[in-house]
Amino acid sequence: MSRSLRIAAAGIVAFGTLYALILAVLNAPQMQVNLPQQVALNLEQSGIDHPITAVLLNFRSYDTLLEVAVLLVAVVTGLALRERDALTAHTEQARDPMLHALTRRLLPLLLITSVYILWSGSYAPGGAFQAGALVAAAGVIARLAGYDIASRADVLLRLGLALGFILFLTVAVSAMFGGRPFLNYPEGWAGSLIFLIEAVLTFSIGLTLISLFVHAPGDSSPRGGDDDD
Amino acid sequence: MTIDLWYAIVGSIIVALSVFAFLTSRHLMKKLLAFNIMGSGVFLIMVGLPQHQHGVDPVPQALVLTGIVVAVSATALALVILRRYVRAGGNPAP
Repeated sequence: MSRSLRIAAAGIVAFGTLYALILAVLNAPQMQVNLPQQVALNLEQSGIDHPITAVLLNFRSYDTLLEVAVLLVAVVTGLALRERDALTAHTEQARDPMLHALTRRLLPLLLITSVYILWSGSYAPGGAFQAGALVAAAGVIARLAGYDIASRADVLLRLGLALGFILFLTVAVSAMFGGRPFLNYPEGWAGSLIFLIEAVLTFSIGLTLISLFVHAPGDSSPRGGDDDD
Repeated sequence: MTIDLWYAIVGSIIVALSVFAFLTSRHLMKKLLAFNIMGSGVFLIMVGLPQHQHGVDPVPQALVLTGIVVAVSATALALVILRRYVRAGGNPAP
């Protein structure tokens, strides 16, 4: 197909998408249920003071559980695709003294901030995912500065990757022994269990993102990147 | 028109633009970027549209937060696969 024909076809498809989406947005039906009101009414018994964290880990915790499973599948696939030489590809880099000094001062700050964000998730915006992203950023910075944490503790890394999902699933299933439904927290324990799950999830999410970054194949392509687009 | 409805409309525009970019660009990296931006447009619609009806709604916000994390890890996985493909001798811009 010639280039101009391709662009014209893509333009027609894009305009069709735009037209359909804007029609759908403008003619969206009124919601039958007032979700913010429902959340506010049930916030008392969720064990958490912040609505978003309560939705994530109590009202809709099934989504979060499956999300952690998706992360685990992604990182297992990433680890299966790694190359043996990728681990040592960057270790000789970054003998830059400025970068080293900056990293040594920045890493503790990043980790402390992530613990704060995790803690604040129970009453303010924050929580496991934001804290996990900060942990991952700390790991990426450490990696770029030449600290090779991930390959030093390979077994621990694999355990840590699965830990969040395992703990979440254990808590979810353990409710069934008491005759309650799946993913139902025991009375009065919801707040502390949610915090425990969030803390372990932070660790696992951070490790997942770090190991997807660290174990990526090296950047030198045998053919050289030819981009003729 | 409220500002929240405007967010949803901007989200639709972003989705349409990235559909165009996804179809026209040949390089796999650009396709991946376009797909990511399409996801951002969907998130904007998902947050903007319920806010327009009932005010700030924590349920879609939590779902979008879940979606962002999944999108980040899926993008990382796609990059790993793309790099592996290039290192195995594949051409990223067929």
